[in-house]
This record gives sequence, structure tokens and C-alpha cells, in this order.
Amino acid sequence: MPALPLDEAGKYVAAAYLVFLALILIYVAIMAAKLARIDRELGELAELAERERSSPEELV
Amino acid sequence: MKVTTLRDNAIAVSVLLCAGFALVFFYAPLDTDQGFIQKIFYVHVPLAICALAGFVVAGIHAIRHLRTGDPVHDARAYVSIHLSVIFGVGVLITGSIWAHASWGKWWVWDEPTLVSFLIVFLLYATYYPLRYAIEDRDRQARYASVFAITAGAFVPLNFIAVRMSQSLVHPRVFATANGGLPGSMLLTFLVCLAGMAVLWVVLVRFELAAKSASASLARLRRALDGEPHLSPTGSRIAPGVPSSATSAS
Repeated sequence: MPALPLDEAGKYVAAAYLVFLALILIYVAIMAAKLARIDRELGELAELAERERSSPEELV
Repeated sequence: MKVTTLRDNAIAVSVLLCAGFALVFFYAPLDTDQGFIQKIFYVHVPLAICALAGFVVAGIHAIRHLRTGDPVHDARAYVSIHLSVIFGVGVLITGSIWAHASWGKWWVWDEPTLVSFLIVFLLYATYYPLRYAIEDRDRQARYASVFAITAGAFVPLNFIAVRMSQSLVHPRVFATANGGLPGSMLLTFLVCLAGMAVLWVVLVRFELAAKSASASLARLRRALDGEPHLSPTGSRIAPGVPSSATSAS
């Protein structure tokens, strides 16, 4: 098959590189969401531990 | 894993990939047969090599897991397969785009290279249903390791079988009778391959660090809830990841 002209081939090449970029960005976004959830839960636990330390009798 | 190390690795990935893609578009010459469309080669082939190598790496971690019983190796095998499956999705999509531009078809069923990669990809897609179908964590890890070793051994065998077959359509770029890639293309390809390999390693470490943090959080929550006798590692579906798992992969 003869080589595609540049204007035609450019769309395919751009699509391939954009797919790669999108794949990595989606993965990183999902991981970032998970890390945000961990961070939020860690904050809740720290708050809980802090309350327990300041007034242990209230929690018992 | 220290945040600074991950950050340094991420910077290295960015530099390598930016340099590689700059070489692709400003240094590497146009292919005489395919023209500009051949630029897809520099993202498609490194993705494929990293995905297949990642499957083999997972098999090696699985062997270490079965030998030592250390859940760290199970976690590394799990994350390696996860990343390689994601890279595999990229290989299939970029390959289809390249196929449509070159051959006028999104997929060709009588081409051994394409079909064999699809078989490997589908084989590893069954890793997660197999793993999560088993309730007991120890058995889950052992069965998953056996799967990772068997499938990991299949990858190079599959590669050799495809290379030995007589392909009519898919290009053979390396070690051909015509001498393979010219120097400028080879340099560009190697930089892209290095960038992709470092990206794979960084993402594996990133995911291991996230799983380790999640497991530590679960342990802390159990300790605060007064349930010290539960399993000390892991989230509900992922393998247990002690903090030492993120030190190397």
C-alpha cells in the first residue's frame, strides 16, 4: 500500500500519541483519586486519635 | 518509598519521553515505504516491549513469592501485571490505528504478531477474575503466582513462535536481512524505549506506594477499632502490600 499523504497520516499519528497520553493521564487521575481518599481517611483517623488523646473518657 | 525518589523518577520519565518524542518528530527521517505514518512505531513498539517484559517480570516476582512466601513479591507481581495490561491496551489501540492507516483495516486476523499479542493480553485479562474468585488470601496469592509463572513462561515462547512464522504483512524491523533500522531511527527508538521502560517502573512504584499506604491505613483503622487479630496487610481486593514492597520492583 502506498504511503499516505502527510495531512492524512498526521491524523492517525496524532491519534496514536493522544491515545498513549490519555491512557497515562487516566491512570494517573485514578491513582490521584485513590491517594486523595487515603489522605482524607488519614485525616479522619488523625482527628479521631487526637480527640481520644484529649478526652479519653468521652469515647469510652 | 520516599516521595522525593518518586518525584525524581517522574522527572526522569518526563525528560526521556519528551526527548524521545522530540527526536521522533524533529530528528528521525521519514520512512521510505510508509512515510509519516511510521512515526507510530516509536510509541507502539516500546509499549509492546514494556508490556511483554512486564509480564515476564511478574512471573519472576511470582517465582520469588512461591519460594519465600513473602507477600511483597505477590504485590509486585500483581502490580506488574496490572501495569502491563494497561500498556497492552495502549498497544492494541495504537496498533489498530497504525493498521488502519497502513493496511486499510483496523485488525487482521491472519497476522500472527497481532493475534498472538491479543491472546497474551486476553490471557492476562483473566488474572483478575481468577484472583478475586478466591476468598482465602493465602490461596489467592499462591494461585495467582502459579498463573503468573505459567503465563510469564508463555510470553517468550509465544514471541519465539511468532518470529519463526513466515509473516507476510507485519513488518520485521530488527535483525532483518536488510540490516534493520538506520542509526538515527534506532537512536530515536532506543530513547523512546528507555522512556517507556522508566515510565513502567515509575508507575509500578507509584501504585505499590499507594497500595502500601492503603494497607497501612487499614491496619491503623483496625487498631483504633480494637480489632488486632485481623490480617495485618492488604485491602479488600488487592494483595497485601507491606511498606517494604515499594523499595524496589
